Amino acid sequence: MRIAGKGLIDRARPVTFRFDGRSYDGFEGDTVASALLANDQKLMGRSFKYHRPRGVLTAGSEEPNALITVGRGAQADPNLRATVQEIYDGLEVRSQNAWPSLDFDVMAVNDLAAPFLGAGFYYKTFMWPAKFWEAVYEPIIRRAAGLGALSGKHDPDRYERAYAFCDLLVIGAGPTGLMAALTAARAGADVILADEDARMGGRLNAETGVIGDQPGHAWAMGIVAELSAMPNVRLMTRTTVTGAYDGGMYGALERVNHHAARREGVPLETFWRIHARRSILAAGALERPVAFQNNDRPGVMTAGAVRAYLNRWGVSPGKHVTVFGNNDDAHRTARDLAAAGVHVAALIDSRADVLVEGAEFPFYTGAQVCNAAGRKELEAITIRTASGEQAIQTDCLAMSGGWNPTVHLTCHMNGRPRWDAAIQAFVPVPDAVPGMIAAGACNGVFSTHACLKAGVDAAGEALSALGKKAGSVDVPRAEDGAYAMEPLWAVAGKGRAWLDFQNDVSVKDVKQAAVENFRSVEHMKRYTTQGMATDQGKNSNVAALAVLADATGRGIPETGTTTFRPPYVPVAIAAMGAGAQGKGFAPQRFTTSHRASVAMGAPMIEAGLWYRPSYFPKAGETNWRQSCDREVGYVRKAVGVCDVSTLGKIDIQGPDAAKLLDFVYTNMFSTLPVGRVRYGLMLREDGHVMDDGTTARLGETHYVMTTTTAAAGQVMRHLDFVSQCLHPEWQVAFTSVTEQWAQFAVAGPKSRELLNGLLGAEIDGESWPFMACGPVEVSGVQGRLFRISFSGEHAYEVAVPARFGASLFDLLVKRAEALGGGAYGMEALNVLRIEKGFITHSEIHGRTTAFDIGMGRMVSAKKDCIGKTMAARPGLVEEAREQLVGLKPVGAVRQISAGAHLFDAGAEAVRENDQGYVTSVGFSPDLGHMVGLGFVRRGMAREGEVIRMVDHLRGLEADVEICHPVFLDREGERVRG
Amino acid sequence: MRFSGWRVLREGLTGNKGWTPHWRDPEPKPEYDAVIIGGGGHGLSTAYYLAKNHGMTNIAVLEKGYLGGGNVGRNTTIVRANYFLQGNSEFYSHSLKLWEGMEKDLNYNAMHSQRGLINLFHSDGQRDAFARRGNAMINQGDDAVLLDREGVRRYLPYLDFDNGRFPIYGGLLHPRGGTARHDAVAWGFARGADQRGVDLIQQCEVTGIDIENGKVRGVQTTRGPIRARKVGIVVAGRSGQVAAMAGMRLPIESHVLQAFVSEGVKPVIDHVVSFGMGHFYISQSDKGGLVFGGDLDFYASYAQRGNMPMMEHVMEAGMTLMPMIGKARVLRSWGGIMDMTPDGSPIIDKTDTEGLFIDCGWCYGGFKAVPGSGFSFAHLMATGEHHAPAAKFRLDRFRTGAGLMDEEGTGAQHNLH
Amino acid sequence: MRIDCPLCGSRDMREFYYQGAAVALARPAPDAGEAAWDDYVHLRDNPAGQTRELWHHEAGCSAWLVVTRDTVSHEISKVALAADVKEAGA
Repeated sequence: MRIAGKGLIDRARPVTFRFDGRSYDGFEGDTVASALLANDQKLMGRSFKYHRPRGVLTAGSEEPNALITVGRGAQADPNLRATVQEIYDGLEVRSQNAWPSLDFDVMAVNDLAAPFLGAGFYYKTFMWPAKFWEAVYEPIIRRAAGLGALSGKHDPDRYERAYAFCDLLVIGAGPTGLMAALTAARAGADVILADEDARMGGRLNAETGVIGDQPGHAWAMGIVAELSAMPNVRLMTRTTVTGAYDGGMYGALERVNHHAARREGVPLETFWRIHARRSILAAGALERPVAFQNNDRPGVMTAGAVRAYLNRWGVSPGKHVTVFGNNDDAHRTARDLAAAGVHVAALIDSRADVLVEGAEFPFYTGAQVCNAAGRKELEAITIRTASGEQAIQTDCLAMSGGWNPTVHLTCHMNGRPRWDAAIQAFVPVPDAVPGMIAAGACNGVFSTHACLKAGVDAAGEALSALGKKAGSVDVPRAEDGAYAMEPLWAVAGKGRAWLDFQNDVSVKDVKQAAVENFRSVEHMKRYTTQGMATDQGKNSNVAALAVLADATGRGIPETGTTTFRPPYVPVAIAAMGAGAQGKGFAPQRFTTSHRASVAMGAPMIEAGLWYRPSYFPKAGETNWRQSCDREVGYVRKAVGVCDVSTLGKIDIQGPDAAKLLDFVYTNMFSTLPVGRVRYGLMLREDGHVMDDGTTARLGETHYVMTTTTAAAGQVMRHLDFVSQCLHPEWQVAFTSVTEQWAQFAVAGPKSRELLNGLLGAEIDGESWPFMACGPVEVSGVQGRLFRISFSGEHAYEVAVPARFGASLFDLLVKRAEALGGGAYGMEALNVLRIEKGFITHSEIHGRTTAFDIGMGRMVSAKKDCIGKTMAARPGLVEEAREQLVGLKPVGAVRQISAGAHLFDAGAEAVRENDQGYVTSVGFSPDLGHMVGLGFVRRGMAREGEVIRMVDHLRGLEADVEICHPVFLDREGERVRG
Repeated sequence: MRFSGWRVLREGLTGNKGWTPHWRDPEPKPEYDAVIIGGGGHGLSTAYYLAKNHGMTNIAVLEKGYLGGGNVGRNTTIVRANYFLQGNSEFYSHSLKLWEGMEKDLNYNAMHSQRGLINLFHSDGQRDAFARRGNAMINQGDDAVLLDREGVRRYLPYLDFDNGRFPIYGGLLHPRGGTARHDAVAWGFARGADQRGVDLIQQCEVTGIDIENGKVRGVQTTRGPIRARKVGIVVAGRSGQVAAMAGMRLPIESHVLQAFVSEGVKPVIDHVVSFGMGHFYISQSDKGGLVFGGDLDFYASYAQRGNMPMMEHVMEAGMTLMPMIGKARVLRSWGGIMDMTPDGSPIIDKTDTEGLFIDCGWCYGGFKAVPGSGFSFAHLMATGEHHAPAAKFRLDRFRTGAGLMDEEGTGAQHNLH
Repeated sequence: MRIDCPLCGSRDMREFYYQGAAVALARPAPDAGEAAWDDYVHLRDNPAGQTRELWHHEAGCSAWLVVTRDTVSHEISKVALAADVKEAGA
């Protein structure tokens, strides 16, 4: 119910939203939880396992019960916390994990079967018969899985990622964080102050205390106003710092637009990567429940949450409230409620010797709440005192088992918090995260005044580490009471007393785990699922640890610690992966001929990050093979044009350029004359082939290396490695010029004819023999010409600065067409190279040696090179290795398929008989049959042998003959023509 | 105690008062016939099979922390036999067969679920490479189906077929691939070994290996010296440190691999999906969490935690492949220590010290190998002979170059596999 | 993690490529023998603690760096240009 005159909500701005189809009213500043409580709607969710009715437990992101789905259709956003979700007009909220309705959930029957569904029951059954797991048991279990539901549709919302940098990141804007930020900001540091809440102030917004001469929340507003006026301060509200990582990196999630209807251009969430030279953790503390029978009834919540609903949102979660705690702090709840005119039915303190002065409500000391009644809404509690048990009618119980410092971020880099017996809680150890100072409540300091001072002190420490001097900052007057408590984890008694509310883990479950010797805290957690719910055990881990300690006769510190992993609150995959949806996952690289190729109707296919044309269809062609055969014909009979710019191009210059090339290639490049090109083979240091390509010598100390498209980056890195790490004394420099040059293959018997109309000076066989290279003028543009061939035909590659690429491509294609040729794509290129036995990464797939591909003789005996020594290992030169061969069909089945395995004729197609496999295939229009490349054991010596090819997957089996990998023009006459 | 539905029912009716420890907590004896260093999945299964197959029950497993606290308790739970190189093929095939009988054998439900694994491919070249793999799987006697794009759509309709960065050409389906409940595997083997008399000793860190005249004599531990004529090292990411106690240097670099689990959502992903182009794989647990991971963080690490760049990369891959998971929220991330070898394949071998054996180098693929590794390593330790399915996992293959098993083809750089 | 590149200053780790232990700087002579090469290419100290390793500032200045880093805490204590380290004979 709403309490007049209380709260920081804006009563001038009413808001209407829907929950499970029903309309509710609230005010701006309300969360779904506060607005529902104001409307006396206490039932907000169902637990995971037993589908027990649940109300809200907390008032923050640690909420385990009140999980909701916001929105509809593809925008439906499951598992949001009602305690965090702000209301706005038109907001549509649904409850989760209940069918047919939240009020009547058939799965609640699980609760009746609870005796059979205790900790780890599933490990002990469902084993017979074996086939039934996938067929019967698992489908039933999976039907019960999960909390909310994904829509199953592509996420239509916009998310962003961003970087931020600062001197000091202050995490949490409660009293500690505000003072820390203020102190640091006044000293001139670049400060980011991040807080999870929409409103800065932390607990000050939930309490009635005074700072200086103002209410705490008003004081906070004043500090925020001062900070927001400072240019060196960035205030980030609705921003949760989710993780601490190496080197001062922090992840943070900003909920940019969850509090309003979708707005064009505004992301729903932004995931921040913040680099902070120093940080101050001022994350406060979380209150812990007490375990007793039926402590999960809707209406039972933490005492601090009740105060927050009262003071922040002007709501009393009950009309007759009881308060139960083991510490002085809980008393505040009773006092605040009474002061606000709410009926306090009882204050129950488990400690025997405490006093409440001037209490206006019944007060029980040395008493415990041992049961709660009322299934969907709390109706009464049973308390146990020295004089026996008695029932008290109440519709809200505010409980407090003490406070846990929010140490989570200090655990993210493997820091283990320390047990502090005085406050019966874990506190951070210093420097658990390098550069981070924990201060205030998260460091076990609980009075407001002490927190304010801790903020100033922490800032001073951070500033001095940053080389800055803190000015003097006055610590205002504030409450400075001691935090007195006695441990109380679980009230003895029968029935189920809940620890992990969402996962339905009870004290009994933890005790049973101990009996079954899951005594390590890690074993207990994994066996019972304690702490594995969406709150990551924030509400329950310490109590569960205490129960385990008790059950195993050990103290809490001996039993273990709790540790927490990032993220602090769950973070949407869409936020951390923002920008990657669709094509955003990896850069797209386009050649200068891309537009022209698309205009010609070519399907574009991926080649690494590049796009290349598959083939160029012509009118009347009905399948790709027709286009491919035609394009192969261009090159074999007239002239074809193909964009080869995607090949890596590395410009290498310097007096020692030749030395570098001799060292990275197996063969010699120092002997290559200027104006000539040579094919080179490059090994990895482990002796296997890394890459191949041609390198041209343009001048005495100037080479241009080409790499395969796929290995361009790897080769560049390798050259850097060799020149910096192995031979820094060499005078050589190189740079990638892949994108600076557009390069086109002009291949076929009419290639020279095509070029001669374009070049500044005519070329002939004498001036440009096979493997010649040099500068040329191409239609008035300074370019380069290489007489090299990847098709076995008389061919050239012509290169011009990339800005001329598009026009040159058009020109070349037009001229080719006039000569009876045209553009060719990757399919034709592949056939052309297979016919000639030229390899690609299908063959040099990282497991092959120079010897395997028939290039053993290319490893020069005259010099050392990368990979040479390891390539001589006995296992890399043994005769039985699989060697590159050509394959052609010779039986009734005329097919070869890449990926098929090869067996001796008549041998069964099983692993033990495996002789090799097919790597590349294509249809040769010239030969009129399929041609393939593959690897066969001792293959080079088996030319002419007919073997069995089996492709189980495609249902194909064929007799193939092992042949020389060069199918056409083995003497190489055409290429020299 | 024998577990069954009947037992669960009876205990439920009588107040669940009759449950007993899954294993004992014995004090270490001064001497055993053999000790296993490392109480992870592989160590526990080794102990189990030593006892079951070879009758060696006077043995102990020494664990510095708690049982199953290493990679077996922090992985993405995928079980498969989809390798294509000789050596790996027969081993993982054998291991998968052991999985299929394991729960009955152990009387423990590890929730091994053969829900099918699909490896996606995005070009003709990748399809052919997967065809080679699939055919190798069938040659080995395992199962594989080559799916085209429409075939993949039938299984995984929620993928972004129209706009993803790398178009989906098809997939290789491995119907017997799937997942299991990782902790339960460790606990099942632990319980099975304990029932056969094996001493499982937790909180017992090995600090030295005693060697005399080239023969192993026992180990020094934080709980005192223990004599044994046979010692097996099965410590995954910590192999380098333990082997160093015996003066060995290994071809291993330890790296961190992160994994992630989301909050529970209603089942939407029924299979294991692997997206090689994005280094991303995902399945959904029986509890509803999306369990997924990616590539190594790439730098050597013992920290069991990673950093944001790889975490974000994994999320990016998920978003380009299946943007319907965008609103699933990552609940926890963690890291394991991967013992990476120069060819990405493992080692099960003797050492130069008589009686000292080593089982390591599982890279990030050790979970599915838990039963097979234990079975083969137990065979080697008990008989001194290599077990046929694991006979190629030799330590000297790097030196000689014979029998390298580089499935990725990335060469002798430890972090690239 | 951030690496203080001697040429570019402090940069996010995502700009760098990691190769492995800095033993790669000490390439054996071709005739150094099987054991030396096995050591160089395969065997690793793999310490849980301080280690020297090679990173490449691939998305930056292209410098190879020798980074001294702790494999347990990930703390980086020293960064040097690999070329300088090699020329100094280390």
